[in-house]
Amino acid sequence: MNRPLFRPTDAMSANQRRFLRAHRRHHHAVALARLLLITAFLGLWEIAARRGWIDPFFFSSPGGILSCLWQMIADGSFFAHTGITLAEIIASFLLVTVFSLLAAFLLWYIPNLAEVLEPYLVVLNSLPKSALAPLLIVWLGTGTDTIIVAGISVAVFGSVINLYTGFCQADPEMSKLIYTLGGSRLDAFFKVIFPSCIPLILSGMKVNVGLSLVGVIIGEFLAARRGLGYLIIYGSQVFRLNTMITAIIILCAIAMIFYRLIQNLEHYYKKRC
Amino acid sequence: MELLLSLQDISYAYHNLKGETPALSHISFEVSQGEFLAIVGPSGCGKSTLLSIIAGLLAPEKGSLFYRGQYVSDCGLRDVMKVGYMLQRDHLFEWRTIYKNVLLGLELNHALTGENIDYVLKLLKDYDLYAFRDKKPSELSGGMRQRAALIRTMAIRPDLFLLDEPFSALDSQTRLNVSADIAQIIRGTNKTAILITHDLSEAVTLADRVLVLSKRPACVKCEMPIHFDTDRSDPLAVRNSAKYRLYFNQLWEVLTNEQTAVPTN
Repeated sequence: MNRPLFRPTDAMSANQRRFLRAHRRHHHAVALARLLLITAFLGLWEIAARRGWIDPFFFSSPGGILSCLWQMIADGSFFAHTGITLAEIIASFLLVTVFSLLAAFLLWYIPNLAEVLEPYLVVLNSLPKSALAPLLIVWLGTGTDTIIVAGISVAVFGSVINLYTGFCQADPEMSKLIYTLGGSRLDAFFKVIFPSCIPLILSGMKVNVGLSLVGVIIGEFLAARRGLGYLIIYGSQVFRLNTMITAIIILCAIAMIFYRLIQNLEHYYKKRC
Repeated sequence: MELLLSLQDISYAYHNLKGETPALSHISFEVSQGEFLAIVGPSGCGKSTLLSIIAGLLAPEKGSLFYRGQYVSDCGLRDVMKVGYMLQRDHLFEWRTIYKNVLLGLELNHALTGENIDYVLKLLKDYDLYAFRDKKPSELSGGMRQRAALIRTMAIRPDLFLLDEPFSALDSQTRLNVSADIAQIIRGTNKTAILITHDLSEAVTLADRVLVLSKRPACVKCEMPIHFDTDRSDPLAVRNSAKYRLYFNQLWEVLTNEQTAVPTN
């Protein structure tokens, strides 16, 4: 995406210049193809809606979506709905990250605990978490708490299992080194296992942010009066297709932004290391 | 020479559901202060297990350890003396610079005093790594990495070095130089060392005495004091001497007999 494109200069050999030119050509061709694809899709959609090939009432149209987005920004509802959903995603993502690190550490530190809890974790992880949402509403009522807990429940068990497996797979010889230098089991964790698992933790965060989003939207479907999930459900009930699709597009943008943020964190970590 | 360490009748077996696998059987030997002892034996005979017991990472099932004549409890030698352990791979942490890597032992022992840090800086200068102190381990050659691992071990000023095939991951030429360097460094400080290796020529070149272990379960097969008139710091001179061939051939014979012997169990 934003890879640096090295420009051919006179200092380079002819073959290197040729290679760089070919590389740039390829890069530009890919970008152009991507742009053409989305333009063609949106153009065809708009034309089909205007000419009446499809019914814009059921299928909406790019123009309709844009004007809906514009209106939402103008009356401030864009910020209200997007803001609440963002806050819920961030809260559940952060809680998942902190909780799963703590839990995986405890499981690693107390092997007997891990052995006892293993079957329960496996069951909780394979359970379809959307089945829990109605239960959460009964226990916690409808509101932000329920939605955040729904977001957590989708991501947390898989995350704990992943991190715990990663901690256990760290090189035992490296831990032995810590013991030979007089270190304790805690030292082995903080000096070896945790630092060597940082790439795993970061890639787990990428997955978790997506799963938290799924959980939060499920929660909003069932238990919200605000937020993008609410907009989608509400839009479907009153046949406001423009509103629905606008909300879905905002969700796409949110997912992409979070993914990129964590990817940048990964790049930053790799560069520092 | 003053007696530093003695092992008496040490036995150890590994247990799992399929049964027990004896690794060490009635091993007894002594190590003097300042001695460089090499232990050779067929691969998988339990050499590393023996070292782990001496280091206190494993408790022997039978037998006892004595430090300067005093009985050492199961928690091992680390209570009575500082033990430095070098493993097969250097295990320098890629997320730390060389400088931070060599300070690891001091960090773990909460001993990051000015005096100790000066000592580490001196070691880095002495062994030509000072200019590389801010580099990542992956930017160093295999030999330099192993020297850095030695400094990490030396930083805690051990009285006894346990070397678990620390040169086996190096290419053969680097290995010859680095092993001679490290042996020389340890001798120069009059520290005691126990080197585990499966390489006979390495054992003869470096050690004051070679201990041959039998195949598993390992017992002491023979002991051979090594003495050269030539300068020990020059590995090539040692290897070209007539005495080297003599030692090597004798040990070779013992080990070959051991490898072809009929298993006892």
